[in-house]
Amino acid sequence: MSGPTEWMSVTETAEKVASGELTAARIVDNYLARITNVDREIGAYLAVDGDQARKAAAEIDRKRTAKEPLGPLAGVPVALKDTLVTKGLATTAGSKILEGWIPPYDAAVVERLRAAGAIVLGKVNCDEFAMGSSTERSAYKKTKNPWDTSRVPGGSSGGSSAAVAAGLCAASLGTDTGGSIRQPAAFCGCVGLKPTYGRVSRWGVVAFASSLDQVGPLTRTVRDAAVVLEAIAGLDPRDSTSLDVPVPKYTDALTGDVKGLRVGLPHEYFDGTIDDEIRAAIERTKAALVERGAVMVDISLPNTSHALPAYYIVAPAEASSNLARYDGIRFGKAASGAKNLLDLYVRSRGAGFGPEVKRRIMLGTYALRSGYYDAYYKKAQQIRTLIKRDFDTAFQHVDVVLTPTTPTAAFRFGAKATPLDMYLADVFTLACNLAGLPGISVPCGLTVDGLPVGVQLMGRTLDEATLLRTADVIEKAVGLGNRRPGGRS
Amino acid sequence: MTALSDLLEHWEPVIGLEVHVQLATQSKAFSPSAVKFGAPANSLTDPVVLGMPGSLPSFNRQALVHALRLGVATESKIRARCRFARKHYFYPDLPKGYQISQYDEPLCEDGHLDLILAGEVRRVRLQRIHLEEDAGKNTHVGALSHVDLNRAGVALVEVVSAPEMHSADEAAEFMRALHRLVRWLEISEADMEKGQLRCDANVSVRRRGEDRLGTRTELKNINSFRFVQNAIEHEIVRQVRLLDDGQRIIQETRLWDSERGTSESMRSKETAEDYRYFPDPDLPPLVVDAELMGTILRSLPELPNQRFDRYVKLGLAADDARTLISERALAEYFDAAMKAHPGEQSGRMIANWLLTELLGALNADGKTIEETPMPAERLSEVLRLVEDGTISGKIGKEIFEESYRTGDAPSAIVERRGVQQISDEAALWEIVEQVVSANSRQAEAYASGKDGLFGFFVGQVMKATGGRANPVITSDLLHKRLGR
Repeated sequence: MSGPTEWMSVTETAEKVASGELTAARIVDNYLARITNVDREIGAYLAVDGDQARKAAAEIDRKRTAKEPLGPLAGVPVALKDTLVTKGLATTAGSKILEGWIPPYDAAVVERLRAAGAIVLGKVNCDEFAMGSSTERSAYKKTKNPWDTSRVPGGSSGGSSAAVAAGLCAASLGTDTGGSIRQPAAFCGCVGLKPTYGRVSRWGVVAFASSLDQVGPLTRTVRDAAVVLEAIAGLDPRDSTSLDVPVPKYTDALTGDVKGLRVGLPHEYFDGTIDDEIRAAIERTKAALVERGAVMVDISLPNTSHALPAYYIVAPAEASSNLARYDGIRFGKAASGAKNLLDLYVRSRGAGFGPEVKRRIMLGTYALRSGYYDAYYKKAQQIRTLIKRDFDTAFQHVDVVLTPTTPTAAFRFGAKATPLDMYLADVFTLACNLAGLPGISVPCGLTVDGLPVGVQLMGRTLDEATLLRTADVIEKAVGLGNRRPGGRS
Repeated sequence: MTALSDLLEHWEPVIGLEVHVQLATQSKAFSPSAVKFGAPANSLTDPVVLGMPGSLPSFNRQALVHALRLGVATESKIRARCRFARKHYFYPDLPKGYQISQYDEPLCEDGHLDLILAGEVRRVRLQRIHLEEDAGKNTHVGALSHVDLNRAGVALVEVVSAPEMHSADEAAEFMRALHRLVRWLEISEADMEKGQLRCDANVSVRRRGEDRLGTRTELKNINSFRFVQNAIEHEIVRQVRLLDDGQRIIQETRLWDSERGTSESMRSKETAEDYRYFPDPDLPPLVVDAELMGTILRSLPELPNQRFDRYVKLGLAADDARTLISERALAEYFDAAMKAHPGEQSGRMIANWLLTELLGALNADGKTIEETPMPAERLSEVLRLVEDGTISGKIGKEIFEESYRTGDAPSAIVERRGVQQISDEAALWEIVEQVVSANSRQAEAYASGKDGLFGFFVGQVMKATGGRANPVITSDLLHKRLGR
C-alpha cells in the first residue's frame, strides 16, 4: 500500500502532524505496512517495535488534540542503528554475542529524540560492532542497497542508509567512526552527517573506538539533517568527552547563500584512483558552487596518506579494549559447557564474535602490547595531531574542504576480496574522525548504472552550520530531486 | 622468634608495600552508585558499574580532593595535569575487562611517611600515589563463583612505598601510620576488616652488606596489622631457609593464610602480566590548578607528625605523644585541654591525666574519646584546682571520678565535699605537733635512724586532716619537727 507519507521529509512530517493534517498514527501505520512489504527484500530492520511505535503515535495525537505542546520532531518515525542502546528493545550491535540483550536504559540520543516527539520504529542492521564498510559483517542478515539489490548499502550504518533510501523511516541515526555514516549515505543517495567529536553524547552508544565514534543523522534532505542534529546535540554530563558548547539553530544556517565561500580541494584526495563517473559528478558539483559565487581553492593536506594506517592502529586498539567486557557473564550470550574460567571466555567470545571483529581485536591487542605501545598507538596518536594541523592550516584559507565521499559507487556483495580491500574503501572519510572534525556526505548525482554518488564536505570544529549551508545548496543544484531507488513506490 | 633474630644477623629483608585505600566518597569513582559496606549483593550498581555496552565513566571529583589531601600531607609532588589509564585483564570481578587506573602519569610522586618507631623517626619514601577504581568481589561457593559488584567502581588511592623497609615491624608501623593519616585527613575510614585498607607486601632478602636486591615475592590477603607482621616475618624466614639450602626464590604471588600461619603460592610471576596500558580516551586529563591546591592546603588540619613534634617540644614523653596522635580526636581533646589550661608544665600534666584517668574511665565504660562525658574544659578545671593547691593530687583523682560520673563542675564538688587542701602552715604545724607528741616512741625510733617511719607520720597527718593536708608542706613541717 502506498500513501503520501513514506517519502515525506522529517520537516514535512513534523509540520503535517503539528497542523493536524496527518495523524502520527496514520504515518506510523503507513511505515509499518511498508516495512512489512518492502523490508523483506531490503533487510534493513533487525527489530521492529510496532506496539511501542503505535503507542507513541497515539500519545502524540492525543497531545495534539489536547493542544499540549509538541516537540520539533513530533510524529516523525525514526530507525536507530543497532549500536544505539534502546530501553526495553533488543540491542545487538549486529553481533551474536549480544543476542537477546534487552538494555535497561536508553542512549542519550534516543532520550532526546523521544523528548522531541520522534517515534522509534525499530533497530536497523549494521556491521558487527560497527566494524565494516558494507554491512556484510552483520551476524544477522544481509541488507541490500535499495538502488541495486545486488550491491551493498555501505557500512557500517548500512541498515540506516537503506531504510532512509527505501522510505522505511523518515530519518535514521547511525554512528561514524571512520566514515560509517557518510559512506553508506553516499552509496544509498542520502544525506549523512558526522558531527564534530563531542558535539553529540556517546552515552548509550555501543563503543567501537572511543576517541573516534560519533552519532549522526541519515536523512533524505539536508534540512532534515539539520533538524535532527539540533534535537540530539548538546552537553551530556554522563559523557565526559561531550562538549559544553551551546547548540545553534542549525536550520538558520540554510540561507542558500554560498557567495564568497572558499572551498578547499585537497589534491591528495583527487590524485588517486577514483571512478570516472564519481569524478564527473564532483566536477558538476564544483561548477554548481562556483556558479553560485563559491571560490575553489587548491590545497594540500600533506599527511593524508598516513590517515589510513593511523586509523587502523587507533581504532582496533580502542576496540580491543572496549570489547573486553563481552563475556556473556553479565549480559549477552555465554557459551555452555565451559570447563573453567579461561574456557568460558574463549568459548563465549569465540562463538559470539565474527571474524572481522576478532581480526580487529587481535590487531588492537597487538598494538597495545607493552614494548609496542610507543611504536604503534602512541605514534598513531601523534599522526592524528599532524592531520588535524593540516586541516587547521587549510582552514586559514578555506571555509570547507570538498572531496568525493568514496572512490567508487556501491560495490557488489563479496566484491572486496580481502579485509584490506575493504579498509581501503574508507580512505576519504577517515581523516575527519582522526581530526575530530565534522563531515557530511550529500548526494550529487547518479552513475550511468543509476547508483548514487556522494560528495563530502569537511568543516572546522563545531562548524556544522557551514557544512549544512553548503550541502543544502549542492542538494538543490545537483541533488537527486525526486528520484527514488528502483522506481519502486 | 629466636630463629628470626638469628637469621637477621646475616640476612637483610627488603620490603615494599602497595596499599589500597578506599576513599570515603558518597558515590563511586566514575558513576553515581552509592558506596556502602554490607549492602545486598549487586545492589550498588548501575550501567557504568556493570560495564554495560554504551556506558561511560564520569569522574567523581571528591575522589580527587581526597587524594590531593593525602598527596599534600605526604609532601608528594603533585602533577598539574595527569591522565587516567586503562589496565586490562580478564576476570569476572572486573566488569569492563579493564580497570581505570593511572600508569605513567600518577597524580602524586616522591612523597614520604615518617614512622615513629621506638626512639626514632624513620622516613619511608612513597614512590607514588594514584587514583583508581576498585574491582568487585569473587566468592567461591562450592563449584560456583559468585560475583558481587557492590565494590566495583569504588574510588581508591594506591600508595606504593619504595622498597625501603627492613623489618616486619617497620612494615606494620608503616601501615599504622598510613591508617592513622588517612583517618586523620577524613579521606577514608580505613577499616581493614571492611577491606577499606588493603596491602600487598613485596618481600625479598639479601645478605647483609650486599647491594643487589634478591628475588622478591608478592604477599596478598593480609588484612590486619598483626597479619602484616606475621606474614612478612614468615616470608622472611621462608626465603632465608630456601637460600641457605642452596635453592632459589621463585618470583611469585603468595596468599597469606592467617589461620594456618603460612602462605601458599598463588601464581607464578615469572612472566609479568601485560596490562596493555593506554590513556583512557573516555576521560579528559585531570587538571589540578592553583585554586584547587589552595583550597586543599587551607583545608588541611595539623598533621599527626607535626603534632607529635609539637607535643614533644611541650615536654611530653615520646610514647605519650605517640599515643595522643594515634587518633585525631584524642589529639584534639588534648589541645582543647591545653587551651583551657595553658602553662609550661601543663602539657605533661594534661597528658598524664588524659591517658591514665580519662582513657581508663572511658575504656571501663567501653566508650571512645568522641563519646567522653567529660569535656576537655572540665578536665582542665580539675587540673587547675590541683595545680593551684586547692586540692591535692590524690583528692583530684576522686573529684575527677565524680565529675566524670555526675557531670557536675569540679569546683562545685570540692565545695560540696569540703575537701579543700589545707595549706595553712600554722594550722598544719599544730597538727604536726599533735601527731609527733602522740607518737613519741616512733619519733625516737625515727630520730635514731629508722627512715621508713617518716611515711607513718605523713599518714597520721593525713588521717588527722581527712586526707586534706598539703603533702609538700606536711613533709617540710614534719622534717622540721622531727629534726631531720
